[in-house]
Amino acid sequence: MTSDDLTQLTIREALRLLRLGSISSADLVTAHVDRIERLDPKVKAYLRFTPELWEKQADEADRKIRRGEGGPLAGIPLAVKDVLCVRGVETTAGSKILQGFKPPYTATAVDRLFDAGAVMLGVTNCDEFAMGSSTENSGYFPTHNPWDLGRVPGGSSGGSAAAVAAGEAMIALGTDTGGSIRQPASLCGVVGMKPTYGRVSRYGLIAFASSLDQIGPFTRSVDDAAIVLSLMSGLDPLDATSSDRPGMEVLNNFDRGVKGMRLGVPREYTEVEGIEPGVKAAIDAALFILQKAGAELVDVSLPHTDYGLAAYYIIAPAECSSNLARFDGVRYGLSEEDAPNITEQYSRVRRKGFGTEVRRRVMLGTYALSSGYYDAYYLKAQKVRTLIKRDFDEAFKTCDAIVSATSPTVAFPLGAKTQNPLSMYLCDVLTLGGNLAGLPGISVPCGTSEGLPVGLQVLAPQWGENVALRVARAYEEASEIRAEVADVA
Amino acid sequence: MPSSDWEIVIGMEVHVQPKTRSKMFCGCAVAPLNAPPNTYTCPVCLGLPGVLPTINEAAVEAVLKSALALNCEIPRHTKFDRKNYMYPDLPKGYQISQYDLPMSVNGFIEVGGRRVRIRRVHLEEDTGRLVHAGDKLHRAWESYVDLNRAGVPLMEIVSEPDIGSADEAREYAMELRSVLRTIGASEADMEKGQLRAEPNISIRRAGEQDLGVKTELKNINSFRALHRAISYEVDRQIQVRESGGEIVQETRGWSEDENRTFSQRSKEFAEDYRYFPEPDLPPLEIDRVWIENVRRGLPELPAIRRARLAQSLPAALAAAIGGDRDLADLFDATVTRGAAAVATANWIVNEVAPTGKLPSSENLAELVGLVESGKITRDQGREALMESVETGRTPAEIVAEHGYAQVSDESELRLVAQAVIDANPKAVEDYRAGKKQALAVLIKDLRARAPQANPKVASELLRKMLA
Repeated sequence: MTSDDLTQLTIREALRLLRLGSISSADLVTAHVDRIERLDPKVKAYLRFTPELWEKQADEADRKIRRGEGGPLAGIPLAVKDVLCVRGVETTAGSKILQGFKPPYTATAVDRLFDAGAVMLGVTNCDEFAMGSSTENSGYFPTHNPWDLGRVPGGSSGGSAAAVAAGEAMIALGTDTGGSIRQPASLCGVVGMKPTYGRVSRYGLIAFASSLDQIGPFTRSVDDAAIVLSLMSGLDPLDATSSDRPGMEVLNNFDRGVKGMRLGVPREYTEVEGIEPGVKAAIDAALFILQKAGAELVDVSLPHTDYGLAAYYIIAPAECSSNLARFDGVRYGLSEEDAPNITEQYSRVRRKGFGTEVRRRVMLGTYALSSGYYDAYYLKAQKVRTLIKRDFDEAFKTCDAIVSATSPTVAFPLGAKTQNPLSMYLCDVLTLGGNLAGLPGISVPCGTSEGLPVGLQVLAPQWGENVALRVARAYEEASEIRAEVADVA
Repeated sequence: MPSSDWEIVIGMEVHVQPKTRSKMFCGCAVAPLNAPPNTYTCPVCLGLPGVLPTINEAAVEAVLKSALALNCEIPRHTKFDRKNYMYPDLPKGYQISQYDLPMSVNGFIEVGGRRVRIRRVHLEEDTGRLVHAGDKLHRAWESYVDLNRAGVPLMEIVSEPDIGSADEAREYAMELRSVLRTIGASEADMEKGQLRAEPNISIRRAGEQDLGVKTELKNINSFRALHRAISYEVDRQIQVRESGGEIVQETRGWSEDENRTFSQRSKEFAEDYRYFPEPDLPPLEIDRVWIENVRRGLPELPAIRRARLAQSLPAALAAAIGGDRDLADLFDATVTRGAAAVATANWIVNEVAPTGKLPSSENLAELVGLVESGKITRDQGREALMESVETGRTPAEIVAEHGYAQVSDESELRLVAQAVIDANPKAVEDYRAGKKQALAVLIKDLRARAPQANPKVASELLRKMLA
């Protein structure tokens, strides 16, 4: 086995070799670092690397594995999105305003993977404060899609998706507020999962929109996603919105296949505006495979889908306008020495530190919450959110899970949508309903269109991660389509 | 028009720091006064990126207790909201507070026989403190931020505008303090900033239906200042109106040194706080069983206790004891041991309260018995009480050891009286010449020579011997 072959393994395969002693964690890390050195100058998935961590963690993993005490992810290379705090590691949320900020704490989700033995390679690029669908809003540089370097990897967790797709990590963590895990997973041809709101602690996640944000994994197989998710889930006393449901329940019966399951196909999703014919064809083929595997397809309706985007772009900016108020240049990050007064200091720091999209959303959100507009915008959006939840409740009365495309399009060329924010916002039209309703969702590769990956999205009822994983796994098995490592050219 | 034709309307917002060990949304201990800056902080109360608040149950319970003691309703659903504004003393850029669904509503408190309605009691977090180099904020060349107080729990008690004078406002605040101390919800020490009163004041002509334009007063840190600030502000408003001017709605500060209020911030440029529900905290459902347990655990409230005490004591003594839970508890326990009520109350108010050191009820009851039965003098009693509090020994032991006893037998006192007369020829001469007050000199000397002497018997004896 060549060094590069080691970067093609799934976690399951790697764990078996590690336990047999055929390879060491140090070998795995070396293989990944070699590949990163070779490819990442082109892909630009990573913002920073953490050699002190990977040396220490790989060494510890190898020692524990030799003693038979290795954790469930002992020795597996991990990449972490730049919005998740890691103690002592510069964490900037893709923003200049946090340049130099080294948090004195580690996000609970990351900490749990460290406890399981994962080895951190570095910090991945993302849209600034997770606001965007192409990673072009990063305050540093855009990330390129490993399948076509002229195209975007999706976003906001584009760096994480690209790292896993390019064989530069086995696990990458992302966050999903409106589709920021599932959409880049779809565009990069990997598995990406957003859990039920409350499944994974948000402690240490630099908030974009607190009522929507969830942390989830990118991997190259459904099994791998299931293992990683189960390990980061569960009650965290530091997050009052985290659930006390046991993390391991996401694995319940998830390998049982789809025979006898009813899968809802929402007409509002299949006929969504702007869906590419190639994407539609790939999804139709996927549905056919699921049907052949024993699932029953049923028509369902999510009648308020059209209002979801509008509601989302009120609620998310409203929360972000408040969440980002703390970036004032007083205690950490970018500062301003010469401002004549505090108001001027705020404007200078925030003008210099925030990019266009972040400023746009802070202003949108501030406006939506202003007295006189609150009822017409924020309150109305919350009512729409309730209606969208009800849509899903109704639909799940007649089906076990909902299947659709993850993204209406395949990866688009860099720069194609940067001039028109609204066209960028439409990238999330099939995913953000799951965030508004707090539901678990997964994107799994389902073939290609024009040579670029297409993703199949499975949405399940609240706390039904095992159901979503079960459908995704059955599809993966029946279709024989595996998330492959891209030959970056 | 004379000012007696103006009606004064006052509503009060009172911020109280509930007694808790830790802050409202993190595990930091509540900083003691004068702790070095920023030593009682953590990533949560510093507002670092990615951290989340968790609710301090002790603070919720303190508000629950207070709300029940103030006769409030506790709604089934309550939640926290974000109040958004940027200022360096507010690390997150928003304060977690409660907006449209406060923890409690619709209460009242009796103040001097009048009912003041409580609109709401809610829970929020305090801000940090800014220290400016230079005398004024806008001229400061450097400002420092101390976040020790940031995130300390605060409960806000908002009254309806049912208060009609500076006297009533002070009484209201004192009664609140008394209730909060009695139930153990807060130390409510104004000087330590644990109770901050902000009166809203307006005036209207007697008989007018609409309320006048109000001003809100800040920086008040004692009951005396509260009274003086309101009195000043009422006079100011009357003067403005009587000279044909209009009251401007604004926040005014109280300057203790200058003894006046001054304009701080006009409400015309009122901040828009953009309240919205705090997404980091789930809505709070207050458990009904918990509420009933807290209600059952409430001690006797000051108003009820005062009413009960007034049945056995003169009004002034009842008020003095009823306002302080420790004194009232001591009184009740002492009387239960058989001590006379009025005598016990007098001992507590005159001798115990000023020292701030409380004897046990056994010892106090024993002492009151010794004095009342005439076994020892009041002076000896005072000595015995002090020694008992210091050493913990019983008054009877102390009396026995010192040989305290009151001597009322004239034949036993005659020898001492003669010695006093012999030693003070000048006073004796004066007295006999008609200067009756000269007797005091002789009595004083006699008590110094024989502290155990019954003062009444001794002075009678002296008078007889000099006649």
